[in-house]
Amino acid sequence: MTVQTERPPSGPAEVLKADGGGSGGPRKQARARAGTLAPYLLLLPAVAATVLLLGWPLLKDGLLSFQNLNMGQLIQHVTEWNGFDNYQEVLTSSDFWRVTGRSIVFTLVNAVLIMVIGTLVGLLLARLGKRMRVLLLVGLVLAWAMPVVAATTVYQWLFAERFGVVNWVLDKLGWHSMADYSWTGSQMSTFFVVTVLIVWMSIPFVAINLYAATTTIPKELYEAASLDGAGPWKSFLSVTLPYLRPFLYATTFLEIIWVFKAFVQVFTINGGGPDRLTEILPVYAYIEGVGNQHFGMGAAIAVLTILILLVLTAYYLRIVLKQEEDEL
Amino acid sequence: MKRSASSTFRRAWPNVTAVILFIGFVFPVYWMFATALKPTGDIISENPVWFPTDITFEHFRTAFGADNFWTLVRNSVTVTVLAVVFSLVIGLAAAFALARMRFRGRRGFIIGFMLAQMAPWEVMVIAIYMIVRDASMLNSLVPLTLFYMVMILPFTLLTLRGFVAAVPRELEESAMVDGCTRMQAFRRVILPLLAPGLMSTSMFGFITAWNEFPMVLVLNKSPEAQTLPLWLSSFQTAFGDDWGATMAASSLFAIPILILFVFLQRRAVSGLTDGAVKG
Repeated sequence: MTVQTERPPSGPAEVLKADGGGSGGPRKQARARAGTLAPYLLLLPAVAATVLLLGWPLLKDGLLSFQNLNMGQLIQHVTEWNGFDNYQEVLTSSDFWRVTGRSIVFTLVNAVLIMVIGTLVGLLLARLGKRMRVLLLVGLVLAWAMPVVAATTVYQWLFAERFGVVNWVLDKLGWHSMADYSWTGSQMSTFFVVTVLIVWMSIPFVAINLYAATTTIPKELYEAASLDGAGPWKSFLSVTLPYLRPFLYATTFLEIIWVFKAFVQVFTINGGGPDRLTEILPVYAYIEGVGNQHFGMGAAIAVLTILILLVLTAYYLRIVLKQEEDEL
Repeated sequence: MKRSASSTFRRAWPNVTAVILFIGFVFPVYWMFATALKPTGDIISENPVWFPTDITFEHFRTAFGADNFWTLVRNSVTVTVLAVVFSLVIGLAAAFALARMRFRGRRGFIIGFMLAQMAPWEVMVIAIYMIVRDASMLNSLVPLTLFYMVMILPFTLLTLRGFVAAVPRELEESAMVDGCTRMQAFRRVILPLLAPGLMSTSMFGFITAWNEFPMVLVLNKSPEAQTLPLWLSSFQTAFGDDWGATMAASSLFAIPILILFVFLQRRAVSGLTDGAVKG
């Protein structure tokens, strides 16, 4: 996602009224009808592709969640409907609630870290001189551009048990028990590595966009604030923060949504292990559904996850739409 | 004395913080390339070799020589390029309608595509697996291409809408006064002005499709039908603790994206303002 400065379409709509007939020959009428149809025809391929390849899988997920579909049924191509059994089983299992709670804590911790550090880095960018700013921007863009799977392998190497840089540094700093520490050996240490990775790769987006947003704040606002006797902290609170608030709201929700479905990072670092202790909801759905071949169960977990995401997305879109109201 | 020290500190801390942050963000990327270029002896040494002195390409040779490497490169490039091109074509048509025409349901379409942009693809893999399996298309590049196309379509379409809206309407109108049809006006006037927009939009689509992992993980199990992300994630398992080769593989995978990003980002930004100012 980028922060775009779009120009709202200018000028009045050029609607060719089809029902305005009467005057003009039949040929003109036909052309007018084509004019009203034109936008729909132009939209047709995009809408058809989206409905077919996004809508259908979503619907299919819903259908699968009401089926008893394990390896046997899969091979024999039989459909066994079992009503709400999957949901009942999922919602009454302690595993599901444990994973849900874990996902929520994991998401909140990451989102808070990303937003706080990202905002601070963004404000720092606004304060720096030109040369230092370019230097830091280069670093941020490199981290931003790093493909996720490449980044996870690099982090596995940085945190490797033997010859990993992190363990070497900790050892040299006097923490000798960390010399051969296995980061993937426990739940908390695995989450630590995943969190460092996600925060590292998410900060650039927040920081760069926040910096771009600060450059649009009119200078006069600061001048007025300083005339009123406001110090740097006061003018930050009374000018910068209110100006950036809509941006911060929208970005926070975006980050929450992204972290909540961070399948790739969690899965590739440690496969949800050790002992399935770092599974978050998307990973849980995958391992139950595809890994353990309880496809119906997995689909039910997926539907519940999608519902949570839908609520978050609705909030996010409400914020964005409020900002862009005039452009629609 | 004390006062001047504290004022030096006050002036220096943003720069010092910036340098520390720069190192923090760049180090993982640097370490990937540095490890890939070091001889194995320097990789498995008790003290890290921070700056590789004798450069070697042996790890890159290992990665190039891995089973199916070139097949997977071809798969990744095919799937990504086709997905981007298809989504540009159908996205541009829709973007034109949404930016330039007024019609019933326009707002609904825009909100619909905004929702589609947030689609939880990671969580839909079970259903997608079933659909593709029922169509007997597992281990094929066709479903991957189609799903990637739809995955990047909403972003493509909504971004292009902004670029189309930024082209002054008067240009198009004057072309039509000069006798162009609407289609000709679009092709001769709008399309050239859209080139930077198309470029930056395709860049983000390219990155998304190039990186996609969960879907190919579920759909294409056979080694010849995989793409590079899947290969890279299993590379470490396949090559054990050969970190040199693993980092060389990561570098090979990351280089196209890093180049695209660094070059096109500046261009995309200037393209956006050019498009708005020109004319």
